[in-house]
Amino acid sequence: MGLAHSNWFKYSSPQAFYPLAGRMIPWFAAAALVLIGVGLYIGFFVAPTDFQQGESYRIIFVHVPAAWMSMFLYVIMAIWAGLGLGLNARPSFMMTQAIAPTGAMFTFLALLTGAMWGKPTWGAWWVWDARLTSELILLFQYIGLILLRASIDDLRRADRASAVFALVGVVNVPIIYFSVRWWNTLHQGASVSMTASPKMATTMVTAMLVMMLGFWMYSIAVTLARMRCVILERERQPSWGKQASVQDMAEAR
Amino acid sequence: MQWGSLTEFFAMGGYGLYVWTSFGATALCLVGEVLAVWRRHVSAVAGSRGVS
Repeated sequence: MGLAHSNWFKYSSPQAFYPLAGRMIPWFAAAALVLIGVGLYIGFFVAPTDFQQGESYRIIFVHVPAAWMSMFLYVIMAIWAGLGLGLNARPSFMMTQAIAPTGAMFTFLALLTGAMWGKPTWGAWWVWDARLTSELILLFQYIGLILLRASIDDLRRADRASAVFALVGVVNVPIIYFSVRWWNTLHQGASVSMTASPKMATTMVTAMLVMMLGFWMYSIAVTLARMRCVILERERQPSWGKQASVQDMAEAR
Repeated sequence: MQWGSLTEFFAMGGYGLYVWTSFGATALCLVGEVLAVWRRHVSAVAGSRGVS
């Protein structure tokens, strides 16, 4: 057990995490605002018109970042769920709880903006294609996770049940990602890949990546803020024990 | 920049409805979530004071 180890445990305690998160939120929020602002500017005023799709392609600047966040957040949530189950660590379960609503929101946005893009390009709001269907299932997984937690009164049981649910469901993420390769789909393939050069103009890729970074910063800020809510709410639970309240500690600083 | 006028910008080459619905819904969701978390925090703080 080195020094790094003890530091990690220091900040994993809710009493230490609460004020730390409070100090970090403004920075992530500011970064999100700046990045999304710059991304929108490049997306609308620098990136050229697409020669095939005209201006409708600009939906990509919210669609792809939202879809990526929906998958990233699920994987991160599942990692916290696994850590929670493995280490029996309450803060990990709380992270799972704090991430789920934001993940659900980005999944919803990916589907909605996808419909907005599908109508002018494919002529249909929705098709039962592998990519779209697996993403819809991801939305049901997020909603199921939130409802499962809400339906179990005992906190420890709610934590463990939703962690198992989140872990099992992670299998859908690679299915979503590779669906455009494994099946014949209407949905186009990856726009950006690690191995091949992008199929789009540089300014388009830049706008998309900057927007995605902005969504990342937003997600971190909002998750930290929700984590603080979860800490305060759980403090009221009798299982917390007679410790100094987090709010008292925060105000004492 | 490819926009000659504000009207042209909002028209988005005829795809205005789709483009602005996408961006508008995203903005609404993000702002709505921030407000929801903020309200949840206010009531959580009030609740934790009430008990202790």
